[in-house]
Amino acid sequence: MYRVRLWSVRHARGLNRLYRALEDLLVMLRPLMRVFGDERLERPFAAIERGTKGFLFDCKMCGQCVLSSTGMSCPMNCPKQLRNGPCGGVRANGNCEVLPDMKCVWVAAWEGSQRIPGGVESLRTVQFAVDRRLEGRSSWLRALRQRLGEEK
Amino acid sequence: MKFHDEPVAGAPLPILPGHVSPGRLERVLRAGGFAVTAELAPPDSADPEEVYARARIFDGYVDAINATDGSGANCHMSSMGVCALLTRAGYAPIMQISCRDRNRIGIQGDILGAAAMGVCNVLCLTGDGVQAGDHPQAKPVFDLDSISLLGIARTLRDEQRFQSGRKLTAAPRVFLGAAENPSALPHEWRALRLLKKIEAGAQFIQTQYCYDMPLLRAFLRRLEDLGALDKVFLLIGVGPLRSAKAADWMRTNVPGIHIPDALIERLRGAKDPAREGRDICIEIIQEVRAMNGVHGVHVMAYRQEESVAEIIDRSGVLAGRVPWYPGRDRELKRMDTEDKVTP
Repeated sequence: MYRVRLWSVRHARGLNRLYRALEDLLVMLRPLMRVFGDERLERPFAAIERGTKGFLFDCKMCGQCVLSSTGMSCPMNCPKQLRNGPCGGVRANGNCEVLPDMKCVWVAAWEGSQRIPGGVESLRTVQFAVDRRLEGRSSWLRALRQRLGEEK
Repeated sequence: MKFHDEPVAGAPLPILPGHVSPGRLERVLRAGGFAVTAELAPPDSADPEEVYARARIFDGYVDAINATDGSGANCHMSSMGVCALLTRAGYAPIMQISCRDRNRIGIQGDILGAAAMGVCNVLCLTGDGVQAGDHPQAKPVFDLDSISLLGIARTLRDEQRFQSGRKLTAAPRVFLGAAENPSALPHEWRALRLLKKIEAGAQFIQTQYCYDMPLLRAFLRRLEDLGALDKVFLLIGVGPLRSAKAADWMRTNVPGIHIPDALIERLRGAKDPAREGRDICIEIIQEVRAMNGVHGVHVMAYRQEESVAEIIDRSGVLAGRVPWYPGRDRELKRMDTEDKVTP
């Protein structure tokens, strides 16, 4: 929902902390998760993510979440699906050139990232092309595997 | 600028040490020249002569011609087609690639095809949303964005492979460009974003129209602070405004274009607004020329393309240099002989 999405950006700091805590929790639970295996966890995890992130961020389930480096503003809500910052068409009121009634997701990302420690710095990271095969899959499991070095 | 080893029209120049492309634009920029590029509006037609007529208008005044790729999300002849025609005649096109209409499979193939036809410059753009154009019912692709496109183009050239890792037998020797809009929000972020484009592979930048000089100066200062000014060739977007009404329409209806009130007032008070618009454009060109870190101008004179020659001529930025065009050398030789005949 659009208004919830804007609320999430305003509360980027808290949500980012929550994310970190969740990730730490999952790291602790990792041995237990291995019992089930990621393939069996994939669907329930994706469903939870679709529900929570869908509500909070209008998540589009790209499967490669970058919310913590975009000030908790989901870049997949950009009509051009830009992953690296705003296009040149941002309106004078900070709204989207394509959808004039929507605040530019990158203007929101700029504001949200000021609230996250190191947020502006992480906007500088070049995000390479999205892997479309991951659409609809859990990005938490993937992030966890990446953090534990189980996946590149 | 004439190069002693310039071969016949259409054939590429040798690639100099430290250069990535055999193109004239890279040569002019790396030699320290002030480059002039202009935008060619592709015709709604399948007639090649219409493309050549639009290119000839710029003869002798521009170093490279931008072939737009469905600009404003409107359907026109493809940038690939325009570039094919232009390279046949020896022109130096800048092929614009937008991510709106093709995915990475199509785009990588186009870069190879374009380079094979002699295209030496590629401008990587995200492109306008389909909602902005004449086919709002079309499917927007946006598989890539401008920055991931730059990365992929650089991989093709420097690592000689597709994104998939599959090897090429010959890499596309292209000079890579990107766009930026110093006037759009969030202002503080624009320089950072440009730096990101440089890191992803951009070697030259063509900006959106810049009419607000203080805004442009602030942008350049930020780039300088980031140490980005000497990492890229910056071409500032300029263009003549036809009248106060046209300017006002542009800033209201074309997203990302910022025109200060003072300029609009000046046009409104002018006896000949079109002439005043050209004068303003010339003043801006002369002002940006003096700015540290600016290496050229990109003239976008939509539906006023015939005014580009006058604007560049009166601005004096070419400083006597005659950029190559088909038949230039014959022309110069003729003028030379005439000089000798006349006492």
